[in-house]
Amino acid sequence: MSGHIQVERVGIHLGAGPTRFEAVHDLSLDIAPGEFVCLLGPSGCGKSTLLGALAGHLAPSSGRIRVDGQPVDGPDPSRGLVFQHHTLFPWKRVVDNVAFGLQMKDVRAGERRTRARELLAGVGLGEFTERYPSQLSGGMQQRVEIARVLINRPAVLLMDEPFGALDALTRVKMQRLLLDVWSRVRTTVVFVTHDIDEALFLADRIVVMSARPGRIVEQIALPFARPRDATLVTTPEFAALKRRCLALLEEPDDGDPLPRLTPLGAPDATWHFAV
Amino acid sequence: MTSAAVLAPPEVAPAPAGSRRAAQWFAGTLSLVACVVLWHLLSTFHVRTPVITFANVPPPLEVARAGLDLLGSPKLLQHLGWSLFRIAAGFAAAAVAGIGLGLLIGRFAWAQAVLAPPLEVLRPVPAVAWIPLAILMFPSSEVSMIFVTFTGAVFPILLNTIHGVEGADPRLVASARSLGCRGGRVFTQVILPAAAPSIATGLSIGMGTCWFCLVSAEMISGQFGIGYYTWESYTLQNYAGIVVGMLWIGLFGMGSSALIRRAARWLMPWQEARA
Repeated sequence: MSGHIQVERVGIHLGAGPTRFEAVHDLSLDIAPGEFVCLLGPSGCGKSTLLGALAGHLAPSSGRIRVDGQPVDGPDPSRGLVFQHHTLFPWKRVVDNVAFGLQMKDVRAGERRTRARELLAGVGLGEFTERYPSQLSGGMQQRVEIARVLINRPAVLLMDEPFGALDALTRVKMQRLLLDVWSRVRTTVVFVTHDIDEALFLADRIVVMSARPGRIVEQIALPFARPRDATLVTTPEFAALKRRCLALLEEPDDGDPLPRLTPLGAPDATWHFAV
Repeated sequence: MTSAAVLAPPEVAPAPAGSRRAAQWFAGTLSLVACVVLWHLLSTFHVRTPVITFANVPPPLEVARAGLDLLGSPKLLQHLGWSLFRIAAGFAAAAVAGIGLGLLIGRFAWAQAVLAPPLEVLRPVPAVAWIPLAILMFPSSEVSMIFVTFTGAVFPILLNTIHGVEGADPRLVASARSLGCRGGRVFTQVILPAAAPSIATGLSIGMGTCWFCLVSAEMISGQFGIGYYTWESYTLQNYAGIVVGMLWIGLFGMGSSALIRRAARWLMPWQEARA
């Protein structure tokens, strides 16, 4: 099984000139193939930055990242990235958005559409394949986004608060759907969130991070059996671990929360196209 | 995008679409009739003020008679045909140059550094000012006329293309690269469709300014063209003919811009699909 992630003493700097800062500091992490890891931490703690480096969109300023022994030196279809707000192409129908990865591998149009339709049916969108992304709800758009990444059969699935912009009810549904999909495809998942309940419900292991510079404060292996359902969140074990996470995330009240970072760098960083 | 439509409550109870359209037509027609009546009154009564005088302005009926005369004459088709040819040639050249240069300048910093300064200097130069140089540069007067209409259309197309390319969402580019999109395909699969709506706006405006420059261009012409007809009418003191020529230019300019918008809607169905 592939999808072994090794992060060794990684530091990541963002910004330029006087606003340059260290978003991630001397961070080491080893994630086993097929493991579901949640990066949990407050806004601006560098968890999305780390995710961006895993995806290959940001280069570490020190240390190294390897996936299955190969150094990460740029984006690759084997490491799928899902953003908080969908990045579907507005000009492509849902089925062609999902088939995009296969189009890039020069798979014939008929075959790639067939496979995209199968995948869409698997996330409950079999009837919406001919729509445009703007004609779907937020939850549906994220499901399409996940299907689009999965069509490449990635060894690693990187998710940056993918359900953060959805309403509470849809979010819970999406979490269950994700676990259901993951039970079938079994890739390694690195899931960034600041929602403790979400992390506890989804993960095999929670990596708790703190801000400026981003570093790991604790790692918690979750003992909950799978498959998981809604009753899990009312058990005493869940409550006890939730209290522990809350205590870890509690910060000295020293002013405003930090701005959110993205997997593409600091929010105001000017982006340069690199082809 | 969609949220604004959801949030904004309808200000008035929406009337049935049919009757609202009829009301709009009625208001539009009434306004046109009012303009003609005003024109008629001002010109038949030779209204004079210190700033503006209508003594030499042909009244609507006289213009209508001149228009009918021209409509019956075989010259009309020749005038319109030559003008359409020049517009089509100038516009096509402007579309190729404007879109091509715009993609380069919007995408590559070196292209911006090299090409932007001379273009910025040339941009404010009006079409009329190009005429002497155009005559000197092009041995064929036909080519110089096409060149003058070209100068009118190229800048709106260029600027809107640059704007569209620079506005392409970097997240879409990042996602495409994560899905295996490389090199020139990023351009054709992401940048170009992302910029397409803006390019279409540029083409529509460019088509308008093309007609704008027609009279200037056809000042060079020896015989035919609706712009030439307008200018010739002035030199021959056929004042009604001036207005007839103006109206033809207005009609064709309006029609060709509408044609471009229609084509853009047909080529970009996702623009319509916004829920």
